[in-house]
Order: sequence, then C-alpha cells, then structure tokens
Amino acid sequence: MALDSKIPKGPIKDKWTDYKNHINLVNPANKRHIDVIVVGTGLAGGSASATLAELGYNVKAFAYQDSPRRAHSIAAQGGINAAKNYQGDGDSTYRLFYDTVKGGDYRSREANVYRLAEVSANIIDQCVAQGVPFARDYGGLLDNRSFGGVLVSRTFYAKGQTGQQLLLGAYSAMNRQIARGKIEMFNRHEMLDVVVVDGKARGIIARNLVTGEIERHSAHAVVIASGGYGNVYFLSTNAMGSNVTAGWKVHKKGAYFANPCYTQIHPTCIPRSGDYQSKLTLMSESLRNDGRIWVPKNLDDVKAIREGSKKPTELTEDQRDYYLERRYPAFGNLVPRDVASRAAKERCDAGYGVNATGEAVYLDFAASFERYGKEQAKIQNISNPSEAKIKELGQEIVKAKYGNLFQMYEKIVDENPYETPMMIYPAVHYTMGGVWVDYNLMTTIPGCYAIGEANFSDHGANRLGASALMQGLADGYFVLPYTIGDYLADDIRTGKISTESSEFEAAEKEVTERIEFFINNKGTHSVDYYHKKLGKIMWDKCGMSRNAEGLETAIEEISALRKDFWQNVNVPGTSTEYNEQLAKAGRVADFLELGELFAKDALVREESAGGHFREEHQTEDGEAKRIKEFQFVSAWEYKGEPKDAVLHKEELAYENIEVKERSYK
Amino acid sequence: MNLTLKIWRQVDAKDKGKMVDYKVTEISESMSFLEMMDVLNEQLVNAGEQPVAFDHDCREGICGMCSMYINGEAHGPDRGVTTCQLHMRMFKDGDTITIEPWRAGAFPVIKDLVVDRSAFDRIQHAGGYISVNTSGNTQDANAIPISKQAADTAMDAATCIGCGACVATCKNSSAMLFVGAKVSQYALLPQGQVEAADRVRNMVAQMDLEGFGNCTNTGACEVECPKGISLDTIARMNRELMKASI
Amino acid sequence: MSGFFKSSIGRKVAMALSAFFLMFFLLQHLSINILSVLSPDTFNEVSHFMGTNPLVQFALQPVLIFAVVFHFVMGFVLELRNSKARKVSYAKNNGAANSSWMSRNMIWSGITILAFIGLHFVDFWFPEINTKFIQGDWSGTMEGVEGFRYHEELVHKFANPIRVAAYVFCFVLLGLHLAHGFTSAFQSMGGTAGRKKTLQNIGKAYAIIIPAGFIFIAIYHHLNH
Repeated sequence: MALDSKIPKGPIKDKWTDYKNHINLVNPANKRHIDVIVVGTGLAGGSASATLAELGYNVKAFAYQDSPRRAHSIAAQGGINAAKNYQGDGDSTYRLFYDTVKGGDYRSREANVYRLAEVSANIIDQCVAQGVPFARDYGGLLDNRSFGGVLVSRTFYAKGQTGQQLLLGAYSAMNRQIARGKIEMFNRHEMLDVVVVDGKARGIIARNLVTGEIERHSAHAVVIASGGYGNVYFLSTNAMGSNVTAGWKVHKKGAYFANPCYTQIHPTCIPRSGDYQSKLTLMSESLRNDGRIWVPKNLDDVKAIREGSKKPTELTEDQRDYYLERRYPAFGNLVPRDVASRAAKERCDAGYGVNATGEAVYLDFAASFERYGKEQAKIQNISNPSEAKIKELGQEIVKAKYGNLFQMYEKIVDENPYETPMMIYPAVHYTMGGVWVDYNLMTTIPGCYAIGEANFSDHGANRLGASALMQGLADGYFVLPYTIGDYLADDIRTGKISTESSEFEAAEKEVTERIEFFINNKGTHSVDYYHKKLGKIMWDKCGMSRNAEGLETAIEEISALRKDFWQNVNVPGTSTEYNEQLAKAGRVADFLELGELFAKDALVREESAGGHFREEHQTEDGEAKRIKEFQFVSAWEYKGEPKDAVLHKEELAYENIEVKERSYK
Repeated sequence: MNLTLKIWRQVDAKDKGKMVDYKVTEISESMSFLEMMDVLNEQLVNAGEQPVAFDHDCREGICGMCSMYINGEAHGPDRGVTTCQLHMRMFKDGDTITIEPWRAGAFPVIKDLVVDRSAFDRIQHAGGYISVNTSGNTQDANAIPISKQAADTAMDAATCIGCGACVATCKNSSAMLFVGAKVSQYALLPQGQVEAADRVRNMVAQMDLEGFGNCTNTGACEVECPKGISLDTIARMNRELMKASI
Repeated sequence: MSGFFKSSIGRKVAMALSAFFLMFFLLQHLSINILSVLSPDTFNEVSHFMGTNPLVQFALQPVLIFAVVFHFVMGFVLELRNSKARKVSYAKNNGAANSSWMSRNMIWSGITILAFIGLHFVDFWFPEINTKFIQGDWSGTMEGVEGFRYHEELVHKFANPIRVAAYVFCFVLLGLHLAHGFTSAFQSMGGTAGRKKTLQNIGKAYAIIIPAGFIFIAIYHHLNH
C-alpha cells in the first residue's frame, strides 16, 4: 500500500483553515448515534475524549490506572510552548514552526508542524478558561520561561507541575462529560487488541484488570492515545505501567509503525544509583535556564571527587569545564536535548563523570544564586549586602521557581542541591517514533487514529522541550475533533456496531489464548528478568549512540531473548483476578517485538539525525551528520516476525524552510 | 539491611484478609520503598508465590497511585513524600515494618494493598470543573488578569495528587482536604466564580454520599499530605458552602 | 438552608456555633465565680440576680441547656458516624505523628465533661431547681445564714477533698477539650489563614485561663472553708 499523507494543497499558512472549511461535518443529531473509543487518558486522550463528548459523540475512554487523572502526562514538569508572543521577543507561529522543524532535525512533516504551531495559542486560552493556574507575574499576566533549542521565551508553566495541571484541566473537562453520561469511563482496563471489521477499526478487546474479565467494546472509530514506548529500555522516566501494547496491537492489525528508532534521551535526570533501580527520575529541562552544566577540567579532580577527598564546590572557575558553553556559545546550556545528552555522554565516556558509576555531570546553580541575589538586593534596597545575604536572597528566588524539583532531588539523592551542585545524567524520556498517521491523524487502518506521543507525527528526530504537552493537547482539543468528523460523516447510517461478529470473536480468542499461555507456562524466569535483559540490550546498543555492528547484534540478541521468553516466562496467579504480573507479561511480550524493529529501523537509517546518532555518521567535531537520501519517514508494515517487516518511505518535502545543517554554536 | 515486613494480604474484595510476615535481605539505603517491595515480589515470584499487589505508576511522586500505610502513617514516616519517594534510609537494619492498605469504608480493598478510590472521581464528576467547551474560541488568556497571589494560592491547592492519604490518615476517614483543595482552586480564580455555589454544594453532597467521615480539624491530613495541601483549603470550603447556602 | 445543616460541613458549623455559645457561657460563669473569691457579697448579689431574673431563668437557661444537649448529642452522633466511616481499623496507627492527643480524643474529654456536668447538676443545679421551682422559695436566703445563701453553699461544697479532686480532674480535661475545640470551632466557621496565629494564641490562653480559674476557685474555697 502506498503511503498517502493527505496533506491539503495550498500555502502552508492556509492549509488547516482551508481544510476545516471543506471537510464533511456530522450534524449534532447524528453524533448521538456514533461511538468513539479512546484508549488512554493522558493529555491527548483526555482532551480528545472531552472534546468529542462535548461535540455529541458517545465516548468510551480506557485507562489502565485507577483514574484518568493518573496518566503519565501528569509527570511533565517544565511547561508548554505556545506562540503567543506575550513577551514581545519576536515569537510568531512561523518561528515556533521553524524551531520545531529545526529542533526535529528536519525529519518531521511540515504541514503537521505548522498546524501545531497555529493552534498552540488556542491551547493556552483554553486551559486558562478551564482554571489551569499558570504562573503569573505581579501584574497578573501570564509568565513565560525559555526552553532548550529556541531563542524566545514562549513556555507557559505552572511551577514544576505543568503536565499535572494541564492533565487535571483535561480531566476536569472529562468529568463534566462523564457526569453528563457522554463519556463512559473504563478505569483499570487495558486494551489488548483492536478489532477490524471490513477493513475498518470497529472496536477493541479490553481486559478488566481487577476481575480479569475479557470484554468486547465496539465503536465507529478507535483512537489510540496510549503514549510512548520508552519503557522498552526498562529504565526510563516513563511510568512503570507505560507500554507500547495498544500501539503495537494496531500495528499488528495493519497500522504502519514509523521511525521507532527516534528516541529522546533527556539530559537532566537523576543518575542511576544501583541495579535494583526501577525507574529514572527526570529533573525538568527548565533547570537549564538557571543551572550551568560542568565537569572538572582535570582528571585528578575527577578522581578526588569520586573518592570524596574533594568537594565540587572547592573547584575554582578555571578548574571547571562548562562544556556546553564551550562547545555551543550561542545556545550554551540551552542546546536541544539530544545535543546536551550526547555532550554529557562524550564527557563521561572520556572519564570525566563525577559519581561512583562515572555517569554523572554537575548542574550548578551557584551563579544563579548570585545573579538573582544581587537583583533582589537592589529591589529590596539593601546596600552592600554580604555574600551570604546575596546567596540567601538568590536561593529564595530559585526556590520559588524550582522548589519542588530541588526537594525531589534531595529526597532521592540525600544531598542538598542548594549547597552542592546537582548531579545529572541523560535518561530515556520520550519517543518521537510511533504509529504512522496521515495529516488527519489516521493510521493506515481506516477509522483507527493515533494521537499524542503514540503517533510519530510532529517532532521529527528530536522533540524540543515543552512541545509534548503542546502536541498532546493540540491533537486532542483542536485537531482530531475536526479530522475524525470528516471520517465519521460516512458512518451516520451505520448504526450500532455489533460485538457478536466473527471478527470480535477471533480477536477475543487470540487475546484469551495468549493469557492462558502465560498462566499455564509455569516457566523459570520472572517477567522483569526479561524486561531488564531487553532494557540492557537496548541501552547498550540502541541508546545514545549506535553503530551497525551493535545494532546487528542487538537484533539477534532480542530475537533470542524473545524466543527464551516464550518458552520460560513465569507468570504466577490466575487470569481471573487482579494480576499485575500477567498484565506486565503481555506488555513485555510486545516490547520484545518492538525492540527488534527498533534496532532494525536504527540499522537501516544510515545517518545521524536528532536522537538517532550513528557513530559512522558524524562530523569531525562529533556532531550529528544528516544525509539527504534519508529525508523520509520510515513506516514499517507488520509481516509476522519483526525481521520481516517491510519498509515504506514517506518522503519529506521542505517548501517553507531551508534544510540546513542544524547548528547551535 | 535486613528487614521484617508485616504486610496485609487479601485475595479479593470479599476475602477477610490477614497480616503476613516476610523477610527481605540486603536492602540498600538508597532504594525507594517501592523498589524494596519489588525485591520482595521478585523473591515471591521466584518462590512460586503470589506477589504482593500494590498500586504504583509514575514513581516520582506525582501520579498519586501509590498508597501504603507504613508503620502507622500514610506514605510512611517521611514528610512531603509519596511512598514511591520514601527511601529506605528512613529505616534501620533489623526493623519490622508494618504495611497496610488505606483503610476507609469509602476506599474498599481490591487486593492486598490496592484500594478502590473511585469515590474521589465521583466527587469530581459532581462539580470539579469549569463548564467551558474546548472549542478554542475562549477569550485571550491574558484578558483576565489574576493577581499573582491568587494564582499561586490556587496553584498550591491544585497540586493535590488525589492519592487519598488525607482520608487514610484521618481518624474519621474524612475527605475534606481533597474536596477542599479542589473547591479552593476554583474559588480562588475568577473563572470559577460563575458556578461556585453549585460546585461546592454538589461536591460536598457527593462527598457525604460516598460515606467519608466528618472533619474534626485534627490537622493530621495536612501533616501527612505529600503535597502539603493546607488546612486553609478546608476552611475556605466551609466558607464557600456557607456562602452558597445563605 | 435546611439542607446545609444536613451536610457534613453544616453539622460542623452547628457544632462550632454551639461551641461558641458554650465558650461564652464558660467565660461568663468564671467571671461570676471568681467574685466568690474577691467579694462574697458581690458574688451573692450577682448570683441572686442570675438565679431570679426571668430573662436569665426562662430564656437564657433553656438556650444553654439546649446548647449543652445539642453539643453533646451531635458530638456523639458525629463520633459514631465517623468511626463507622472506617470499617476495618489499622493494625498499627501512629496518630501521635501527625495530630495532637486533644484533637484525637475530643470524645473522651467530652464524656468526662458530661460526667462532670452530671456531678455539677447534683451539686448545684438540682438543689437550686428544687428550692425555686418545687418548694417555690425564690428568696435566695436560708436558715442560719445572714444575707444570701449562695456563697455559703459554694464554700460548703468544696469542703470535701474528693469532690475538689474530681472537679480539678474534670477541669483539666475541659482544658484539653478547649485546647483543640477553640481553634477548631473557628476553623469550622471558615477562619482565615491571616488570623490563624493570633487565634491559636488566644485559643491557648483561653484553654488555660478558664479551667485554671475554676480550679483556683475550687482549691481556694477548699483551703479557706
């Protein structure tokens, strides 16, 4: 099947408006007869559920957590971008579009990104109307911060809990519709397959995670909003339950999976402390606004620090290497995430890592304490303030901005970051890849949509900070509600979809058989045993830098591990009870397939772009080297084993942006 | 360190349940409490036993899933943290740790340490929102200036993660801190004024219907709340309800 | 409005309103009683006024009785409902980690105060009702006593050390009840954060001064009878 991205014709700034003017609409009376399933209730799924229900569709929403409010969007800290230009610093829709395409290393679809930038301002209006308590300045107007990879301040925030506040906003909009009966909420339910009837997505098979009951749910369209697959690495900043299963199931039923190898490794995470570690904790990128990243210049100092005979605060300025400021003077500590992560890895690989594992660099706020402290002393009319006073005043400002992050750091590491620099190291955070969708956000299965992190669409090979929240809400509030109507306009006479068809029966049978297999296998190794092994292969060979040899080995190793898993996995308990191990077994089984496709995708992509860094393809000073022939989206078609997957290419055309070397120097 | 764990085991909602003793060894100080539980569960799975069911997800203190009553305190002995942020350095080698689920009639146990908190969702359905359609045609975000103080206080209330520690720790199993936080967030913002009276009436009515106890102002909830939600939110809710009723 | 008092918050407010009345009553009661130490004659006069004034006897006294009964009945009802809100109790609960003993044991300090009121009624109120309403003697005098009888009766009661000990014990618990109850009542009425610190201090002072005053009077009369 040839890929048709269905990008509307016309100049880029008119595409979305023209599109909306010409699509089919469903009249309100008919919407009452149309059901839509939404899998996942994060920013994308939650906002989509609420909006579709407001429009009049009957929505069935599914979440594996005990409440839609707990989806992992809640953990996003720093902020959400919007081209409001409230700061008057030269921001515009075009500039947000430009920054996003450039930040994505020219591997995203122009039309989608432009639309995203266009609706971004609406998101802020919408959220404020919903009562999201964004940070404000003393004049009562909205405040902004800046994030990596841009030269303007366009990030709106609510302390270090922006994702939480935006999700609670979407959740409140859902609550209103749940109360009206327009959303039927299925908490503690997991989607285990999509049902395709006559070539169209018509429902899902879900498992009630409390009772173990397998349920059939039908609808006229299915929306996948299940987030990213970072947990393929076992250790990531994702929630423990985050998984690829919904996305992978639709892939197996015909949806192409795009760019699986594009993974974002976030530069500011708390370093790993031991083998028992279950997840990694992110510290918001906003910290890079005020923190300076460094390692010691001399290896002797590194050694002394690791041994504990020297403290980082004892090193003088000229004994420190502020490597980001040195290498990228224009953007300094605010280079995009992929660049910052690789730079940290480069220093640590060279032996400059500052903790026992050798995998940590410093994020230092001392300069900010001083800068803010002096400013405050002026404001408060304190003449000749002492150094201690300046520090105290400065710390108050930093505390107001990032207090919760500093507290979180202290709780985990047991060190006071106000007194000694934080230690950070990159960790898997976000997956730009995902289910392939066209301009309508529809997958290659008609009637099956993918939104938010679950799709591949807007971030190319690297996502800029504070853009995930923007994309999730844009998809859910402002894009999908239009595009899905265009499709559903043909379904007004279809009537309720029966769950008694042979397609539903076959899908349910497949799901039940797989569950029975896990329960009856009585193998020798726990699910986590396999997940950790997979994670190690992924991190070592498909992590921050990749090479052909490693990727080839990874493919073989994952394939062998998968075989072992299906023979020796041990799942205790039964299928008719609350059984977390069973749920996890299904998710890890899918990760074991995805992991291999991931490695294969990374192997095929013979270039470096954004989060995908191939050691064979770098410039002399170690920067990523894009290759013109790879200016396409890799969309993989499922053919059984991952090694048999078939590659389809969606060529990317840049008509509104000149493709340049991506430089932050 | 080596620890003895006394854990509540309950097969399902109908089971009577009981405390069971377990031993774990070689626990590192820098583990989180849930990672210690992972170690126990791996041990149980490998021994062919049922692992202990407990709710958890984000493991960074924001999703509000985790919910253990540890040594007589919600989220354990540390302050300002959820169980996933509680670290083993808070305990000593040889300690016995008692782990129970949230106890409240309105939070029935599903299995072991997992409880059903859907009552919180239902309270939110009753009015935890501002009735504005997501059309994108609302007025410009800066059209209504909101004083920094009001915005910050609203934010402080809005940080509630809905974990239920307030109910679990309250001697009366009262949910007023949770409801107070939500009512406060909207009461402090101009956008929330239009529906303020109905909101507080409906949310309080639903809270009462769910079978939560009454607040007697012991203040335990504020102390145990991982997000430090203030008792002032309850006072504000009381005022709001009085205002709405007169 | 009727719906309001059926809600959980409405009941809290009702508890607080009756508490305010009772706290005002205590202040008034102490003010009069302290006169028994400072000036027995004034004490007698005020007591006679309070005991015979129709407004006090037929309007304020029933309100007081209603407030007392209401506060207790509501207190018990709420306690019962609250304990029902947790069907299975914790095997291990460390209440001291997050709340004061007083706040967790209002029911026990309350029951003690109830028992005290029983004793107090037997000591003073029942004889008073008997004299005035059954025997119809509104004179305020008694045989063998010059002037009014009130001071003499008061002093006579505190001759018994066991009674004094019981009074002292109950007043201590009253103090504990007030130590939580005072600020709690304001919080229930929606007391604002700005005044919190001042309120807490006033509450502490009130919870100490009122019981201490009554204890002082009881011991004083015991030693000086």
